[in-house]
Amino acid sequence: MNLPVQTEGLTKRYGGLTAVQDLHLTVRAGEVYGFLGPNGAGKTTTLRMLLGLVRPTAGTVRLLGRPPGAGRLTGVGALIEGPAFYPYLSGRDNLRVLARYAGVGADRVALVLDLVDLTDRAGDRYAGYSLGMKQRLGVAAALLKDPRLLILDEPTNGLDPAGMADMRTLIRRLGAGGCTVLVSSHLLGEVEQICDRVGVISRGRLIAEGTVAELRGTAGLRVLADPLDEAAARTRALVGDDRVRVVDGGLELAVAPERAAWLNAELVSAGLAVRELRPRERDLEQVFFDLIEKGTADVA
Amino acid sequence: MSRSFRAETIKLVRRPASWLLLAITLALALIFTYLFPYASIAGGTDGPNNDRTLPMLLPDQLVGNSLGGLPVFLGSIVLILGVLTVGGEYGWATWKTVLTQGPSRLEVYAGKLLALTAAALAVVLAVFAVGAVASVLIAVAESQPVRWPGPGDLLVGIGAGWLIATMWAMLGAVLAVALRAVALPVGLGLVWMLAVQNLLAAIAAPLLDWVAQAQKGLPGPNAGSLVAALGAPGDTPGVAATVGGGQAAVVVAAYLIAFAVVGAVLLRRRDIG
Ligand SMILES: Nc1ncnc2c1ncn2[C@@H]1O[C@H](COP(=O)(O)OP(=O)(O)OP(=O)(O)O)[C@@H](O)[C@H]1O
Ligand SMILES: [Mg+2]
Repeated sequence: MNLPVQTEGLTKRYGGLTAVQDLHLTVRAGEVYGFLGPNGAGKTTTLRMLLGLVRPTAGTVRLLGRPPGAGRLTGVGALIEGPAFYPYLSGRDNLRVLARYAGVGADRVALVLDLVDLTDRAGDRYAGYSLGMKQRLGVAAALLKDPRLLILDEPTNGLDPAGMADMRTLIRRLGAGGCTVLVSSHLLGEVEQICDRVGVISRGRLIAEGTVAELRGTAGLRVLADPLDEAAARTRALVGDDRVRVVDGGLELAVAPERAAWLNAELVSAGLAVRELRPRERDLEQVFFDLIEKGTADVA
Repeated sequence: MSRSFRAETIKLVRRPASWLLLAITLALALIFTYLFPYASIAGGTDGPNNDRTLPMLLPDQLVGNSLGGLPVFLGSIVLILGVLTVGGEYGWATWKTVLTQGPSRLEVYAGKLLALTAAALAVVLAVFAVGAVASVLIAVAESQPVRWPGPGDLLVGIGAGWLIATMWAMLGAVLAVALRAVALPVGLGLVWMLAVQNLLAAIAAPLLDWVAQAQKGLPGPNAGSLVAALGAPGDTPGVAATVGGGQAAVVVAAYLIAFAVVGAVLLRRRDIG
């Protein structure tokens, strides 16, 4: 089966700076893949290499199973590092010009303008667009070819909260429709609801990959009970030594949240005062930062 | 390639700067070739162009008069058009927008060069047309006979003008690719066209024989020789018969091809930042 995106040992050096290092990236058919990393991690450089805009220093790229060469971007749509259009043309005419390069009919232009909610202003000059309108036009251009693989580099840049929600809805809908989407972001929280899998890149290396739940790790329980050492001893006896940690004047348990009621009953019947007992989810941004810190430490 | 040519043509035609450049071209051609010389003849004043007599403004001189500006002034404007057409993609960062739609870099570049070639022809034809109207008006006003150059001369003249204008447009294009910008290539191109070429011809060449020899290989003097051979007035800047017309045409064509090829090679090899 042809993987929509497959890179092997992808590397890009700019002089002494290694922007992307030995990247093995695989995106499976039909999934929405989140490509995450902080500023300067190498996301845009990677996506540029996928599209043939930047020549890799080493490694190979295959898109939809095709090696680089003529026609390699058939069925691939992309928005890389912010929208860029001809300022003297209207949004619609910009897309008409691009439709010629893409070899698609003018009917696609009206359709994609509608998809991104820009039909009302499509006749205005691009130079007069707001940041969010420019971004929408960029996404519209990426959709011109009715792509099977869509590559979006920080598509929510410059969008207001409603615009971000629209964008997520659009990406989810495209994903549901069978389109494979590779979307980059520097916020895990921003893409967690839409991504089937995410990959985290830091300093040019892929440092983690998996579903959001996998990255987040297993959930647990946080318990505040008095007296603390007695509560700790009692819970250790109940669920096992290695599943209990004392953190910040409370207990953190590696125990399924569904067992909260049972645990409460046990502790209360042992005469302990339970002040608080709630599910503990690892904060996503914290997970993300931890990963990046760890990745950086690995490199150092 | 034809899809790319059509896309480039739309961009060129819809761009206000293109029309501004055409208007300036025609205004310059009209004013310096016809208006000032005619005003000086009609008013009987002495000026730098006072060796332009009435017969030189009449329709039978159309070919030479229309080509006179191409070695320097009109050439500079076509060069700017070349820079704008290619450099605009760097300035607006639109290379990535175009290339992610699927065409190869060479396909897009070829479309640009073809569109520039067509624009160069349009500019030359417009200069000829404006010159024809101006010279007929002068002939009628001065009760002179209206005689046109033969169709063969006219075709050769238009062809030579097209060749020179296209060569300058290609120079603009290759400068834009090499410097990946708009402003610097325009500036450097104009410094070369308007200052360096003139300094070489007027100051260095008379003093140093090797400069005089080297000049014969440069694009400007060859364009000047080609139009001089076709009757452009010798008092126009840049017009001088330093080499024969046939040789000049070959050299100009060689530069045209070289500029186009170098631009294509550079564009193909480098990253699109
Ligand atoms: N053309 C270039 N020349 C030199 N260095 C470059 C070039 N392009 C990118 N880099 C460097 O490569 C590294 C990765 O940059 P890249 O743009 O890929 O990051 P990113 O993950 O997209 O960041 P952001 O979230 O800020 O968009 C950075 O250190 C950047 O300075
Ligand atoms: Mg980026």
